[in-house]
Amino acid sequence: MCENCNGQFGTDEQKEKLINYISKNKDVDGGIIAIMQEAQSIYGYLPREVQEIIADETNVPLSKIYGISTFYSQFYLEKKGDFHISICMGTACYVKGSGDIMNAFRSKLGLSGEETSKDGRFSIEATRCIGACGLAPVLTVNDNVHGRLTVEDVDKIIELYKSKEV
Amino acid sequence: MINLKINNIDVSLPENSTILDGAKKLGIKIPTLCHLDLCDLKVVNQVASCRVCMVHIDGYRTLMPACATKVRDGMVIQTNTSEAIAARRTVVELLLSDHPTDCLICEKNTNCDLQTLAAVLGIRGKLKYEGKKSTYPIDKSSTSIYRNPDKCIVCRRCETMCSDVQTCNVLSGVNRGFDTVIQPAFEMDLNTTPCTFCGQCIAVCPTSALTEINNVDEVWSVINDKSKHVVVQTAPAVRFALGEEFGMPVGTEVTGKMVNLLNKLGFDKVFDTDFAADLTIMEEANELIKRVTDNKNLPLLTSCCPSWVNFIEHNFSDLLYMPSSCKSPHQMFGAIAKTYYAEKENIDPKDIVVVSVMPCVAKKYESSREELSHNELKDVDYVITTRELASMCREAGLPFTDLEDMEFDNPLGESSGAGTIFGSTGGVMEAALRTSYEWLTKKSLDKVDFNNIRGLDGIREATIDIDGLELKVAIAHGLGNARTLLNMIKNKEAEYHAIEIMACPGGCIGGGGQPYHGGNPDVISKRRDAVYNADKNKTRRKSHENPSIKKLYDEYLGDVGGKKAHELLHTTFKSSKK
Repeated sequence: MCENCNGQFGTDEQKEKLINYISKNKDVDGGIIAIMQEAQSIYGYLPREVQEIIADETNVPLSKIYGISTFYSQFYLEKKGDFHISICMGTACYVKGSGDIMNAFRSKLGLSGEETSKDGRFSIEATRCIGACGLAPVLTVNDNVHGRLTVEDVDKIIELYKSKEV
Repeated sequence: MINLKINNIDVSLPENSTILDGAKKLGIKIPTLCHLDLCDLKVVNQVASCRVCMVHIDGYRTLMPACATKVRDGMVIQTNTSEAIAARRTVVELLLSDHPTDCLICEKNTNCDLQTLAAVLGIRGKLKYEGKKSTYPIDKSSTSIYRNPDKCIVCRRCETMCSDVQTCNVLSGVNRGFDTVIQPAFEMDLNTTPCTFCGQCIAVCPTSALTEINNVDEVWSVINDKSKHVVVQTAPAVRFALGEEFGMPVGTEVTGKMVNLLNKLGFDKVFDTDFAADLTIMEEANELIKRVTDNKNLPLLTSCCPSWVNFIEHNFSDLLYMPSSCKSPHQMFGAIAKTYYAEKENIDPKDIVVVSVMPCVAKKYESSREELSHNELKDVDYVITTRELASMCREAGLPFTDLEDMEFDNPLGESSGAGTIFGSTGGVMEAALRTSYEWLTKKSLDKVDFNNIRGLDGIREATIDIDGLELKVAIAHGLGNARTLLNMIKNKEAEYHAIEIMACPGGCIGGGGQPYHGGNPDVISKRRDAVYNADKNKTRRKSHENPSIKKLYDEYLGDVGGKKAHELLHTTFKSSKK
């Protein structure tokens, strides 16, 4: 799983930043979730190597950290794409066809579930109501919102981000 | 005190009691499933996750779980309104909707809390709810524990034992909702986790999500192999619990019946691990005296408990000079059976098969450790638990309760009371003290009962006056207590000469291979009383006075702690941080 093939996961800077954050927050009551959020913002996701760093530094057992990371949908165990597409599956979006949009993204990107494309550019995920029902069906790509979509828009959105810098 | 009414009966309870406590006090039965109250260990599993104990409280909008609802002054509670009964039934029916219905061929058939509850609640015929069922891979990666998550009802008793009592933190709730499963982090196999194989998860699991790796078939087949000489040994704790499997009262000693049973099952010789416990004391007391005299490598930690050995190897690799180098008694037995006994009886050691009946599932793992062998022969070939022995008895159709008492075979069947008490927390220490005292002082010890180190407190300590030498000892049972004690030593907050540690609550009598104690502290204390009674009734109560042990050293081993003894009876430990 190592990214740089030097036996360590991620860069030294990433690790240092995380350890620094943990040392300041490990005694805060219930601080483990904040630490995991910070770790995710540093690494983009929470693979085993990162969870092991958190366990070692906080003395919270790895099994507990893994339990938390699988309980909350905000935590990712697999690396997301450069552009992460979150398709709203709330009631309003769903009745207006977000299921079809999800299927269209899957077939265009060659994905079967909620996963990351082979080139690492895109990942898709179904989310609960994001509170923008007026734009239904709606999705976000990283922090950008795209609303009132039809299946025909799927190609355009992929085109828009395909060659874009992150 | 809080005053309230349950089923129209007045009851007073201390603050912070639960409705379930009140019902128990009145002798009113409320069914439970996830609840686990280990008073002596001060641990309660109160997650109220199963909702089987729902009761009606006047003025409350909904039914409340009796196990987790605190009593309040003036509460009026009804435990069996038709609404409460219907709710309980629905809860169990929902549990059954995601549970295999293969009771007939299940490991826990007739011994399963869920099965019993379904019967008690009158759930018959077709299941009311049908839907998706969970499917998870079975984990049989270890030699000790069989984990089948499909049978799990997510009561989290195992998680409480593993995390809160044993502090091993291997099992934890993963995912959410329907996908919740109790398992190690990252779907690791048990044998790659810091699991010590203590088996306390098995002891409290209400279903067959956690059971032992079953070795009964291998043992049947080796018994029937006429080219093999099969000897069996029984651990001290087995005889104080085996009777429970056949409906005998908790705390009944069944040594004679057990020996008869093993003979009838077809073992060639029936020997006793109590003999080897005496042998362990010879070597361990000698080691203790040497370390105390040299004032080196203190404290001496006992090393009889394989789960505890795993624990220190995983978690305290810097303290590995502390455990006694003695093998555990059943491993010593195996080594002696395949050398001394083989020579004496003129049998090729290759043809001797040693089977251990143990209260423990970690012993299964221990017997597979590479270093526990001699001349490329494993000390112990097969380990079965107390439960597996009971199952063999039933398979053979033997009337256990009617069996006549029989004596162990010799020369490896004779034992002292000191060997007997190995089965209880504090027993190994007491046995070691009886011998060390006499060897150090060269005087006879008249009062052999060390009452100040007995009991069921998690950590106990005492100073023993040995003719002016003040020997400081400590005892811990349960790995959480062991961790506390070891951290104290590491931080130099306490100093001792000797420490006994057993991984299971109450020691081996509460082991993961015993008839399921289900977290009932009463069971453990009754078995413990039986152990000390048996010791009291023995003619010899000091290991070094066991004539067969003396003979073994005279005829074969030579000096206690000598070259031959080291070759056969001692071992090494290795760090395995996980």
